[in-house]
Amino acid sequence: MANLGPAYYSPYPVAAYDGLLTPPEGKALLLTDIVDEEVAMREIARVMLTSENATIFPGPQVLYAWNDEAKKKATLIKEMAEVLNAKMIPMYDYRPKYPKIDAEVEINPNHPNLTIWHNNIKACIFVGVHCHYANVALKIVRSETDCYTAAICGLSGHEDAMATIRDQHSEEMAKFIKIAKEVKQELGK
Amino acid sequence: MSVDIYKINPEFRDIMPQEIIDLEDNATWAGESVEKRGINDLTDKKEILEEHSLCAGCPEAAALRYILAALPTPEETIIVNSTGCTSLMFPHIALHTVHSLFGNQNAVASGIKRVLEWRFPDKVKDVVVLAGDGATVDIGLDYTLQSFFRQEKITTICFDNEVYANTGGQESGSTPKGQVFKMAPKGKAFDKVPMWELAVTSGCQYSVKLTASAPKKVAKVLREAVLIARELGPTYIHLYTPCILEIGLAANEGLWEMKEQDKDRFADFKFVTPEAEAYLKECKKKGLL
Repeated sequence: MANLGPAYYSPYPVAAYDGLLTPPEGKALLLTDIVDEEVAMREIARVMLTSENATIFPGPQVLYAWNDEAKKKATLIKEMAEVLNAKMIPMYDYRPKYPKIDAEVEINPNHPNLTIWHNNIKACIFVGVHCHYANVALKIVRSETDCYTAAICGLSGHEDAMATIRDQHSEEMAKFIKIAKEVKQELGK
Repeated sequence: MSVDIYKINPEFRDIMPQEIIDLEDNATWAGESVEKRGINDLTDKKEILEEHSLCAGCPEAAALRYILAALPTPEETIIVNSTGCTSLMFPHIALHTVHSLFGNQNAVASGIKRVLEWRFPDKVKDVVVLAGDGATVDIGLDYTLQSFFRQEKITTICFDNEVYANTGGQESGSTPKGQVFKMAPKGKAFDKVPMWELAVTSGCQYSVKLTASAPKKVAKVLREAVLIARELGPTYIHLYTPCILEIGLAANEGLWEMKEQDKDRFADFKFVTPEAEAYLKECKKKGLL
């Protein structure tokens, strides 16, 4: 077994094999620990601000203006990217693309590692990706890359991400941005 | 589903690829367009299916384009498909599609239609089954007929290529008698199952057999079938889309083959119940056809 990457390129790329489960309500999952939401938010912000080519991957639930909450989240995610000095690469739909994706400008859940490799992304946030595809993508990223993954999820979170915060809606996202601004100031970034 | 799911949040417009911006700006969503959608849109509008992973020159790909261009309200349509060559295209369609287990498509579609009627009582949601001859005539015959018996308000389209094509060429119930394939070396021993006739005796309001040689005809039949299914009951379209590889034709010979069969096995067959006939006249008056 290789010894690189957050999951050490495990042949079992499923976090549940290591006994990891999604965090309980009001809590977050940070690597293998259940922590307070704020602690995880602070750590996600720190990693994003200190890693090479930090990128946010917004999914269809926030890319498209299909309801008011999605519109609010879009504004917040744009602000989040500015605060975290992060690039944005959209995961605009889940259809497999032939012959191949343009890894420079898009990410596809069926082979998300291509985008991460191509852009040398060392930290990323998945937000607005439907849970079933986030699960697929996060497992692939976990096993194939050394990218630190964070999942900001509106439902119960994703154990396959290195850090996951759950029940995240516009209010919680605004809180994350506030914390990220504090961390940014602390780091002098 | 509604057209809103294709409206890009302005914050992200600069990072979205052109093809998705085109889908929002230039696709023929019924909810937005003043004029009726149709085959003519294929020339200058953004298509709902552009890329596909079928063989070069496959008539199925063309037929699916005609069908998608003719759906009355694609944003309110759910397509249910099954295992087979057609299932290779569905991941590429910008509409809601549900892939069911081999043969289960009409049972799944019946459930979806019933739930949609309950969940969205004020909206018209169309459920269209699109499966190959293996799924419709062989493996899923039971479910297909049951959905007709039960008068489920769904449209069933059978893409008949008369063979199990993507598994190497085994005969199906829809293969004509005597036909030899790579994996049917002795030739088919019995006649082609007349599914379009079974549809009639099983209670379909509308049953049509045709080839995909004439795009406008396919579009007209599809539109009629969907409109009737909304109001009256099950409708069935049996569409010949030959597997050019399995019958030894070149990529550019699919259309020729369909035109040949227009005069032979797929000569026009059309059944419409008197109620459906009257309803179609009404639709015509309203400008829906």
